[in-house]
Amino acid sequence: MITDRKKWFFKGMRDGIPIMLGYFAVSIALGISARNAGMTAPQATIASALIMASAGQYIGFTLIAAGASYLEVVVMEAIANARYLLMSCALSQKVDSALPLRHRLLMGLWITDEIFGVSVSVEGRLNPYYNYGMAAVATPGWALGTLMGVVLGNVLPVRVVSALSVGLFGMFMSIFVPPARKNRIIAALVVVSFAASYAFNAISAFDGISSGMKIILLTVVISLGAALLFPVEKEADHAA
Amino acid sequence: MRHNVYLYILGMWLVSYLIRVLPLTLIRREITNRTIRSFLYYVPYVTLAVMTFPAILTATQSPISAALALILGLALAWFGGSLFQVSVACCVIVFVAELIIC
Repeated sequence: MITDRKKWFFKGMRDGIPIMLGYFAVSIALGISARNAGMTAPQATIASALIMASAGQYIGFTLIAAGASYLEVVVMEAIANARYLLMSCALSQKVDSALPLRHRLLMGLWITDEIFGVSVSVEGRLNPYYNYGMAAVATPGWALGTLMGVVLGNVLPVRVVSALSVGLFGMFMSIFVPPARKNRIIAALVVVSFAASYAFNAISAFDGISSGMKIILLTVVISLGAALLFPVEKEADHAA
Repeated sequence: MRHNVYLYILGMWLVSYLIRVLPLTLIRREITNRTIRSFLYYVPYVTLAVMTFPAILTATQSPISAALALILGLALAWFGGSLFQVSVACCVIVFVAELIIC
């Protein structure tokens, strides 16, 4: 049991390395926005270590800079991060149903797009230590990148930041492409998701909708449509 | 700034944490409803695909380098590249492409 935990923790740390690199790159930009919002380095770093949400923090910092009320900030934060609600639902079905509360409370701290994406693609049941391993590596990347952004601003060459920024998307692709190869429905869903997402972002009538909200709307509509048209039988559940 | 920044941060953290932790702690049993199960089964793939495109195209200095990374990433992942390999390959191709075009 303990060796099992260790194994998953270290596997999590290994798989967390690309997340850390991507986070480091992305959060530099976040740190710069925090500095522009008048936040100090400790404030921005603590915010990143705790909140770990790119769009959510960006919106939060912008509102803080504008002197918005606490309520406004909290409500916007909830809207920007609502997709984690869906991810948390999906994870609840991925872990052992007997998983103790303390592990559920801990896992909840680190539901990010990337950690979720990687952990949900594990075969079979998800061991929480896998998430802890990823978080142990990814969180410092996110917090330190933010710190760098505040303190050093544009010291890293733009080329390097630009190249690192694409790493997170590479990770996403490595998660959704292999199941798409095995399962035609998932492949079709990916194509539909790309097209719908493109259309949603290109049509200016939707400009008022935040990017977090767009992700939720598209996810709910497309996944629900797929669930109704192509319901999954139980045994296929853990195959992908 | 008229407000305490740390209180803002605390509020942002609290609401984010509740969103992340409530379903995970409240849904303790396996969901038996076939539609909900299927919905949750498809959610990760759809949400990752939606987050990838077209956002990747504006993540780098040039949409051309980003498009190359997209194509390479899709191809490499299709042919069995690991998470790390795909991720690093995308970074490298952007770096190299931007040496040439930027």
